[in-house]
Amino acid sequence: MPFATAPAPHVVAPSSVARVMRQVLYALVPTVVLHGVFFGPGLLIQIVLGVATALLCEAAALRLRGKPLPPFLLDGSAIITAVLLALCLPPLAPWWLVVSGVAFAILVAKHLFGGLGANPFNPAMVGYAVLLVSFPARLLQWLPPDVPGMQPTDLSAMETLTTILTGSPPARFTWDAITSPTPLDALRTDLALGMTMGEAHARALFSTFGGKGWEWINLATLAGGIWLLALKIIRWHIPVAMLGALFVCGSVMSAADPGAYAGPLFHLTSGASLLGAFFIATDPVSAATSDRGRLIYGAGIGVLTYVIRTWGGYPDGVAFAVLIMNLAVPLIDRYTIPRIYGHAR
Amino acid sequence: MARPGVRGGLRLNAHTERSTEHPLRPASPVESLVLPLDQHAGAAAVPLVKPGDRVLHGQPIAEPGGGISAWLHSPASGTVAAIEPRPAPHRMGAPTLSIVVANDKRDERYGAASPPRFEELSPQQLRDTIGRGGVVGLGGAVFPTATKLAGAADASGLRLLLNGAECEPYISCDDMLMRERARDIVFGARVLLHALAAQTCVIAIEDDTPQPAAALSAAIAEAHDDRIQLRLVATIYPAGGEKQLIATVFGVEVPTGGLPADVSTVCLNVGTVAAVAQWIRDARPLTSRIVTVTGDGVREQRNLDVPLGTPMAALIYDCGGYTGRMSRLIMGGSMMGQALPHDDLPVIKATNCIIAASPLDLQQRGPEMPCIRCGNCSAVCPAVLLPQQLHWYTQARDLQALETHGLLDCIECGCCDYVCPSQIPLAERFRDMKPALLEKLTADANADAARARFDARTARLDRIERERDAALAKKRQELTKKS
Repeated sequence: MPFATAPAPHVVAPSSVARVMRQVLYALVPTVVLHGVFFGPGLLIQIVLGVATALLCEAAALRLRGKPLPPFLLDGSAIITAVLLALCLPPLAPWWLVVSGVAFAILVAKHLFGGLGANPFNPAMVGYAVLLVSFPARLLQWLPPDVPGMQPTDLSAMETLTTILTGSPPARFTWDAITSPTPLDALRTDLALGMTMGEAHARALFSTFGGKGWEWINLATLAGGIWLLALKIIRWHIPVAMLGALFVCGSVMSAADPGAYAGPLFHLTSGASLLGAFFIATDPVSAATSDRGRLIYGAGIGVLTYVIRTWGGYPDGVAFAVLIMNLAVPLIDRYTIPRIYGHAR
Repeated sequence: MARPGVRGGLRLNAHTERSTEHPLRPASPVESLVLPLDQHAGAAAVPLVKPGDRVLHGQPIAEPGGGISAWLHSPASGTVAAIEPRPAPHRMGAPTLSIVVANDKRDERYGAASPPRFEELSPQQLRDTIGRGGVVGLGGAVFPTATKLAGAADASGLRLLLNGAECEPYISCDDMLMRERARDIVFGARVLLHALAAQTCVIAIEDDTPQPAAALSAAIAEAHDDRIQLRLVATIYPAGGEKQLIATVFGVEVPTGGLPADVSTVCLNVGTVAAVAQWIRDARPLTSRIVTVTGDGVREQRNLDVPLGTPMAALIYDCGGYTGRMSRLIMGGSMMGQALPHDDLPVIKATNCIIAASPLDLQQRGPEMPCIRCGNCSAVCPAVLLPQQLHWYTQARDLQALETHGLLDCIECGCCDYVCPSQIPLAERFRDMKPALLEKLTADANADAARARFDARTARLDRIERERDAALAKKRQELTKKS
């Protein structure tokens, strides 16, 4: 009796790229929800714009490269790029910011380098860096969080949408009236003006650990990250190394001069630290691959994030830290090949 | 710090509940048995009989055809019907020279002289005797056991490791053997300890089934031999891989390109050891083996004692035939087993398991996507390789990089393949690439040898020329002096 043959193994785990990406997206849900709670519906609009742009650009690039649409377009990787970039933008940023950032990320950072699996740099961070360098002022226009003690920006969903689409707020507001710096940005400005940590930290924007509202969003990100760890979608090396390095830098510097440097917990719960540690630096395509390599890669991102935040000219350092370490990945991979079974130590 | 080389692997469903429900039974006799002459590792055996000859059960019908080769014995009494090429499972169904025995079903035994008690033989004599029983590695590698023993005998402080850790899912032949023939295993262990002049024997089994452990413990206690110990290892695929088991049990790694003997170890499958016992104690050579017939594609899942040469189709019929869901015939386990093109193939010494797989046993692969460098493959690799890098170099056919990244250390267990979210058939790619790399290494070695010869020749010619020049110069000097 004849039978069809196939190469071993005859069983494989029911996993796929699309499934991995879907789970990463689910893990981002708590962050997005809490972001909405504290900053209003802006982020959702940014995500919709970003995802639409990402899918259009992905489809166009696949068509141009002669690749089939079905498995690639819906593999979820482009959607993650769009959502991560949208999370980095101010909720009221004009539409062309997210559209041009995502388009650059997908067309240039991803497909010009070979598409899924071949991009040396994290596409979302490339998109963000391009926007940060090109339109720095726009990226500083954050909103005050909707928490007691702050004056929330009282925009309806419709007004939010028109603000994003027209690039200017409703007539009854000025930009200055509705925007507020992020805690990281505020702290950097205040310290530069000669305030001590204590004085800067006394401002309404701050709470015990980080910025009001921000610390909750970051906790949600942490929860999502831990879920990914539990599902084994990501492994612990990069997040632990990155957050550990950031913690050590923050501890050492604030111990040396508590008046001039923010403490380690502030660094962990501010800006994109946790988003970076669990969702951005862990992008497998642009990260180092061996366990040891991932520890080095993560630690490098942690240190560079601290350095750029503290002494650099940008409000946060995660994006550039990730991109610089992306650059170092081939070198790290080369020097961290694990010892193969049976080979000399 | 983790123990050397003990890492990675997968927790897989063993799929052995149904095949171990029934006790072992002999397979029903068949009319005609097909015995490929090359069913062991090494050189093919050379027939000692010719068509038309009458043969008895256990009679030698082919002798070793080279340094690494094995004896072959008739699994039944009857006549030699033919010696001709027949399709063979280890050749993916391609024909290979085989002895065909027509079974007269009278089961007349070959009257081999009962060998003396093994303790009275020297280790060397005992090893030679074991070779005449046609015993080869029954774990699937079918390496001639006598050759393995002879190769290791010179090492000092030898340890014997008996592998009862079933390597792959679905296979339960060793499990059933340990339950029902634990005494054979312990007797075989004592024979082998003598043959190797070794003092320690560890029988390693997986910790997920209690019956084999209980049976072996009882048999060891009964033998009053404190050189033999039982050791449970965690049930993680591929714990039963030879290199992995040695690292788990003894905490040492077999050096790359080396043999277990390099770390003073001889590792044998428990089935092989039981075969040694039957030959040395009962003068019954290896003419049958335990085969697991399993999978959702066969009605009765069980283990049978099957005469070598029995057609797989007959064996499946013996187990109630195929179910309507039958779709793929696999010899071996689900991770490394070979899918066979049809079932008109004989059971050979390497046939530990036949899976009649239905779609329930198989998982459809999704479309292959590009590698996203997630590293799941390197996390599960028991050889501590970086399969994602190997995949990259395989696509680029970069043989140099494949060598330095350890392609030849790949044991083809398929763990990387199993976990890959991009559904890349990694194991197949690596298997396919190895011959090219081996060829390159041989060519490199030949080139090095040729270069060494050329350099030596150049040096020799240089030296001769220098000596001649020196002699001439000396002569000239002497002549000048004279004149």
